[in-house]
Amino acid sequence: MQPYFHSVTLETENCKGCTICIKRCPTEAIRVRNGKARILELRCIDCGECIRICPNHAKRAIADDFSLLSKYKYTVALPAPSFYAQFSGQDMSISRILQGLLQLGFNAVFEVAEAAEHVSLAIRRYIESSSIRPLISSACPAIVRLIQVRFPELVDHLIPIHAPVDIAARLAKEGIMRKLGLRREEIGAFFITPCPAKVTAIKQPIGFQESWVDGAIPITTVYARMLKVLPYAEETPGLQEASSVGVHWGRATGEERAVRVPRRLAVDGIHSVIEVLEEIEVGKFHDIDFIECQACRGGCVGGPLTVQNPFRGWVNLEELTRDLPSEINPEVAAEVDKRWEEGFYNLESEIEPRSILKLDDDLSRAIEKIELLEKTVQFLPGLDCGSCGSPSCQALAEDIVQGLASEGDCVFVLRDGVQSLAEELLELARQVPGSISHQETDDKTTPSRDGREE
Amino acid sequence: MPDVKDVGALMSVTYDIAARDFVRAGEAANKLKRLLQQLGLDPAVIRRAAIAAYEAEMNIVIHSYGGQIKVDITPESIEIFCEDSGPGIPDIEKALQEGYSTASEEIREMGFGAGMGLPNIQRSADEFRIESTVGRGTSLQVTILHEAGE
Ligand SMILES: Nc1ncnc2c1ncn2[C@@H]1O[C@H](COP(=O)(O)OP(=O)(O)O)[C@@H](O)[C@H]1O
Ligand code: SF4
Ligand SMILES: [Mg+2]
Repeated sequence: MQPYFHSVTLETENCKGCTICIKRCPTEAIRVRNGKARILELRCIDCGECIRICPNHAKRAIADDFSLLSKYKYTVALPAPSFYAQFSGQDMSISRILQGLLQLGFNAVFEVAEAAEHVSLAIRRYIESSSIRPLISSACPAIVRLIQVRFPELVDHLIPIHAPVDIAARLAKEGIMRKLGLRREEIGAFFITPCPAKVTAIKQPIGFQESWVDGAIPITTVYARMLKVLPYAEETPGLQEASSVGVHWGRATGEERAVRVPRRLAVDGIHSVIEVLEEIEVGKFHDIDFIECQACRGGCVGGPLTVQNPFRGWVNLEELTRDLPSEINPEVAAEVDKRWEEGFYNLESEIEPRSILKLDDDLSRAIEKIELLEKTVQFLPGLDCGSCGSPSCQALAEDIVQGLASEGDCVFVLRDGVQSLAEELLELARQVPGSISHQETDDKTTPSRDGREE
Repeated sequence: MPDVKDVGALMSVTYDIAARDFVRAGEAANKLKRLLQQLGLDPAVIRRAAIAAYEAEMNIVIHSYGGQIKVDITPESIEIFCEDSGPGIPDIEKALQEGYSTASEEIREMGFGAGMGLPNIQRSADEFRIESTVGRGTSLQVTILHEAGE
């Protein structure tokens, strides 16, 4: 396994080195050095904030595309609930959207929304069995990684249950294997993803070894093709099975309502999530059972790889679910009860902390570095202007202490340095004996600046 | 940063806490947490120190006329010393009970005064000492061992 896979990557040619992204990054994972941005891979959580903010489209999500389908004998599309939210119109329906996916070349579809219903019930069971409060959803992979690197104290608040897409892949493949007698490797399961975080989560899962999902195709990629086939995609009975409970996972509050424990709340937008996690770290929110946390504003409908405006997506989901049952099918609930006992939904291993804040492995070295850090911060102007290529003066000081930058990277320190250098030069120049002609002009008539006599 | 380095302390920091400053309340605990994270201490230890420091800080903000939190990092432990000038606590035993609070209605409306602060500090601590003189002030000492339960 490679050290870290990241879906979010930099297109160096497009980067103008403008520093807009560095301040927006929630883990301070970007630096601009030598006129180009660089993503620090230990810190990056693939949330895609930089993709959204970069005016030059220099940040890109690496994902899969349709060419991968040909590698498999049988393919199944796993549309995220947020995928539905891209479509609207008088006679639009989830059934037609699913039919559209079949027309794009998938052999089958399995709604991630249906797996989300399983996961909602499993989460409820887990909350009932645990005494840790508040428990935090692990469904958004950007949040899981945020907690690992920036809130390592809170990893045991994460609910160790698989995300809906993983459960969807497994349910879909097991069903197809049973029905068609195919082997697992012969089936390709493709998530239609709203975000790079999910791409990373599939390529490099946390809490288990290998994903049942074989590829992640961005909603943006599928959307263009869908527009061509949708006019011919007809309402197809039997394709659409999830209730509105599962489909609403595609937007903020959907998960929290589906989990339906007594004291719960939903936070969306990574910077709001950070505020809440900071409060949890000092012991607040212990009277809350469950917190849904989503990196994107509005939830997955606001994902960086979606097409529609998230507010529009929100309403589209409302319209598409209007005629769906508003309760989880009792058959699904009975199946979850059975599979829960088998441990079907549980992650295989613990979610490990992975702090990026530690200055040194050795405590006394770390203390030395903190003292140096304090001094360096005092020395810097405290403007957090970002011109140095680090997100704040504090961050530059950390970079300096870690040997990754120097004081001269600060334009103000550099200016002061140049200024005193210039003054020294001037002083030196004064001490040098002048030429005779120079002395003359100095004593007598001084010509006006442009050399003309008045 | 004052240069009072106790014998045995690898590092020492002091935070001034102003009474009734709800805008800055919690900042000291947050700074401490960040510092402990930079030192790379055990996440569970950091969590307990952050909770204890936060509750102690809030008590100084809410119940006293102002004070200080001094933290020593020693090879064995995190020592949190809190000292304030203020009304003091007449009945410490009562104050340590869960749910006991003298916080005003106004403070409660701000979401504080659940009477869980001192009990939570005690729960987070490996050692805990509290002293108070009515009319003068209160002091706390909280010890959190790097390797708890050994
Ligand atoms: N630093 C302090 N100075 C004066 N009184 C205090 C101080 N800390 C705690 N107390 C008293 O102890 C009580 C219980 O404290 P605590 O458990 O933190 O609950 P709360 O702060 O929610 O009231 C407080 O209501 C207050 O009467
Ligand atoms: S909120 Fe949804 S779309 Fe956004 S990063 Fe998390 S899982 Fe992806
Ligand atoms: Mg209190």
